[in-house]
Amino acid sequence: MAHAYTPGLRVSPWAKIQKERRLPLSGEVLAKIGDRVTAEQVVAKTQLPGNVQPIKAASILGQHQQDLLDYMLKKEGDSVQKGEPIATAKSFFGMFKSHCLSPCDGTIESISTVTGQVILREPPIPVQVDAYVSGRVVDVIPEEGVIVETEGAFIQGIFGIGGEVFGTVHMACTSPEEELTEKHLEGDVAGKVLVGGSLVREATLRVAATRGVRAIVVGGFDAADLQRFLGYDLGVAITGSERLGVTLVVTEGFGRMVMAERTFTLLKRHEGRACSVNGATQIRAGVMRPEIVIPLTAAEAGEGREKAFDMTQGLQTGSPVRVIRAPYFGRLGEVIELPPALQAVESGAKVRILRVRFQDGSEATVPRANVEMIER
Amino acid sequence: MSAVDDLKSLNIRSVLATDCGSTTTKAILIEQRGDTYRLVVRGEAPTTVEAPFEDVTRGVLNAVMEVEELTGRKLLDGEQIITPQRGEKEGVDLYCSTSSAGGGLQMMVTGVVKSMTGESAERAALGAGAIVMDIIASNDGRLPHEKIRRIRDLRPDMILLSGGIDGGTTTHVVELAEIIAAADPKARLGTTYQMPVIYAGNKDARDLVVERLATKTALSLCDNIRPTMERENLMPARHAIHDLFMEHVMAHAPGYKKLMTWSPVPIMPTPGAVGSIIHTIAKREKIQVIGVDIGGATTDVFSVFQDVFNRTVSANLGMSYSVSNVLAEAGLANVMRWVPFGMEEGEIRNRIKNKMIRPTTVPQSLQELIIEQGLAREALRLAFEQHKSLAVGLKGIQQERTISDTFEQTATGETLINLLALDLLVGSGGVLSHAPRRVQAAMMMLDAFVPEGVTELAVDSIFMMPQLGVLAEVENETAKKAATDVFVNDCLIRLGTAVAAIGEGKEGARCMKVQIALPGSKSEAFELPFGAIRRVPLGADEKAEVTVDPVGGFDVGAGKGKPLRRTLGGGVVGLVFDARGRPFRLPEEPAKRIEKLAEWAMAMDLYAVDPKTLV
Repeated sequence: MAHAYTPGLRVSPWAKIQKERRLPLSGEVLAKIGDRVTAEQVVAKTQLPGNVQPIKAASILGQHQQDLLDYMLKKEGDSVQKGEPIATAKSFFGMFKSHCLSPCDGTIESISTVTGQVILREPPIPVQVDAYVSGRVVDVIPEEGVIVETEGAFIQGIFGIGGEVFGTVHMACTSPEEELTEKHLEGDVAGKVLVGGSLVREATLRVAATRGVRAIVVGGFDAADLQRFLGYDLGVAITGSERLGVTLVVTEGFGRMVMAERTFTLLKRHEGRACSVNGATQIRAGVMRPEIVIPLTAAEAGEGREKAFDMTQGLQTGSPVRVIRAPYFGRLGEVIELPPALQAVESGAKVRILRVRFQDGSEATVPRANVEMIER
Repeated sequence: MSAVDDLKSLNIRSVLATDCGSTTTKAILIEQRGDTYRLVVRGEAPTTVEAPFEDVTRGVLNAVMEVEELTGRKLLDGEQIITPQRGEKEGVDLYCSTSSAGGGLQMMVTGVVKSMTGESAERAALGAGAIVMDIIASNDGRLPHEKIRRIRDLRPDMILLSGGIDGGTTTHVVELAEIIAAADPKARLGTTYQMPVIYAGNKDARDLVVERLATKTALSLCDNIRPTMERENLMPARHAIHDLFMEHVMAHAPGYKKLMTWSPVPIMPTPGAVGSIIHTIAKREKIQVIGVDIGGATTDVFSVFQDVFNRTVSANLGMSYSVSNVLAEAGLANVMRWVPFGMEEGEIRNRIKNKMIRPTTVPQSLQELIIEQGLAREALRLAFEQHKSLAVGLKGIQQERTISDTFEQTATGETLINLLALDLLVGSGGVLSHAPRRVQAAMMMLDAFVPEGVTELAVDSIFMMPQLGVLAEVENETAKKAATDVFVNDCLIRLGTAVAAIGEGKEGARCMKVQIALPGSKSEAFELPFGAIRRVPLGADEKAEVTVDPVGGFDVGAGKGKPLRRTLGGGVVGLVFDARGRPFRLPEEPAKRIEKLAEWAMAMDLYAVDPKTLV
């Protein structure tokens, strides 16, 4: 029988995850193969030359360019501090002094008697890259960065916004059906990754950002709220660079959506543990989905570790699935039949279908394209 | 004998051809039956560019397995396509493929001054149908490393590097080239090609840019988009973006390299293959043609007017990956105007966004189907608008704009598209080819393209023009014959002929009088008021003598108020008389609009139920 492939998101109690961490420019790698690193730990750094500030010194002093060197208090290579005089000129028989002050901290790079300018170089700008996940360095990219590997729980969302953050898992809602509201933000939520249930509103996200919440993981989010939160209507799903103060990971979809029990339970099991979250999503060929990584030891992972799941086998009778389109959106069930022939559905279209038995025992016919495989 | 000679002399008895779309991979099996070649069966499977496979060949294998299942013919030996054919029931003589699996086009553009060359570059990219992910400018306030990180994080498909006026300073634009070089951008999908970078800045900086980028990127040079402060010259950059996208970006996907090894003929980008078919129809029948292929990520429009072939790929208008962009570009009101029932705005937005994040799903309910077909009308309309602005005659003619019209997006060139002269409108792509009723495809094309006068409508039967397009390009006479035979016998479904009146009138006022002499000495005569549409059945092989007499202000192709007498061909839909007016306007008042849409749906027999009853 032909495989009926359908994409599925990973919600895995135990997975091996590798992350490439690279500097934008060549620099110094601070870790070596085999090192254990924490998520926040800087694994590579470099320094960008500081910005250049031209100062029209001769003009400020009211002197000729060619005489500038006579008035300089500093020479090329000298360090200066913000507000410190770098040149002084006396005029009117020494009664008046005019000063040229440094606009910032830096180093005198050059003094030009042609243009009358002093070029000041600001201090170098440090650029660092952190490990993002706690784990072990398994490879080094010379002068650029490292590959960090970790093991633990790995949960992919369907859609997210905002970039990489770290925090501790905190169950804000007590059930996957509950909406995460401002009342859940009343305690100490700073530095935490809040797990909600079926929905969070834009206003709540904004409050969460002001209270130091690092990320929110929730089943559903409203498309209209997304537009309000971003300030524009998202056309193509490419996100991750938003700076809105909080990262959002949506696990199920748009609208009020009960978080999958399996996802909720897995996060709950690891409440209080450190995790890394990235909302970056790119839905196009070469897809990227948002993620939550909770590094664990084998003992911490517990029995979930034994249940490795192979989704590459494709849909088969008995496969657990979730329906991902109306009219049965969000319902979980098990495939009971995969008839090969095309069949007409309510829209009149003839498509390949499957028969599914939902958790309440009812059965339905659903296009194969409208289910996704889930892990048992 | 070389492989090329081997292929040339091969007597092809059977062909397996696939088209890897962004969303669905389609496989067709063609066999020689006596003197002709016929389509045997078609299989399809979701394109596998997502985890856990991230390998386009998996989707190909799944689609081929479906063909195996449906025919009982063994085509695969493990994960290898069996070639050549062995006996009657095993393997095929030729395997070939097209691809648009890479999806849409997301670009970054650069300029020295954000509000000057930066914005010109943005307009050039938008005009070519790209999404602009970011504008990097010398004065955008970001530090070099932030710009570099941004390029790496966003993984653009292409970069348009512009900056400076001709003869001006070269320093800033060269710095921008250095930033791109330092980012060392990699093509989003694998290693088979380098990231395309188009340089369209100060011509004096060309050598310096080449020095910095030629080895790290696939660099193309074109005319400066801003040769002077007062002049903007976007057309060369727009064409360069468009051509590079089609050639280098859209076909590629994870696993593309492996797929290339499976076929003795190069993988062709889908719009190249479909364009070749449309061009062939126009040449063979000596007619003016518009073709459209609406996919998941892109919508491709082709036209032949006055023997000039034009092709545009609207890189972010499509029915799955790009569906939310259709909503963003068209606006919710434009999408909802096609939906003959009320629905809360929040609900519709959520449904469309859910399709965006799960692009391979299909509508199960009639209500969902109608919403998708509304989106399709808007995607087709917007893609056609873009086509009209780019199909402006010879490519070499530069379109220039002065500073005074810098903020307008309209093209000033004279478009070649003449809807009144259009003879044939052909639709392809999932939403048109797989519409549950063929009349739905006809109606989507009528609403989106609003043809004028007499126009024949046709649709690709099961969405196989891409495969036939690549087959027709194979250097082998039997392959070309196979493509032609299948195209004529199995691919092109004649829907019928539409007669649309140009002009506007009052709802219910007289518009046209129609007399039809049908085959078998039957006849039909009726008056059609303004605002109505009527369908008259006429079979695909049948012809009817039709006289359409429009009232004073209307023109059906013979001039205002002048009667038109023509022999018209039928099809699975038949003849359609469209008195809804040109320009075509829907009532603005929601209840009236819903009433009208439902009336047209019933007149055309679009759905099994009155759509007003759907909630």
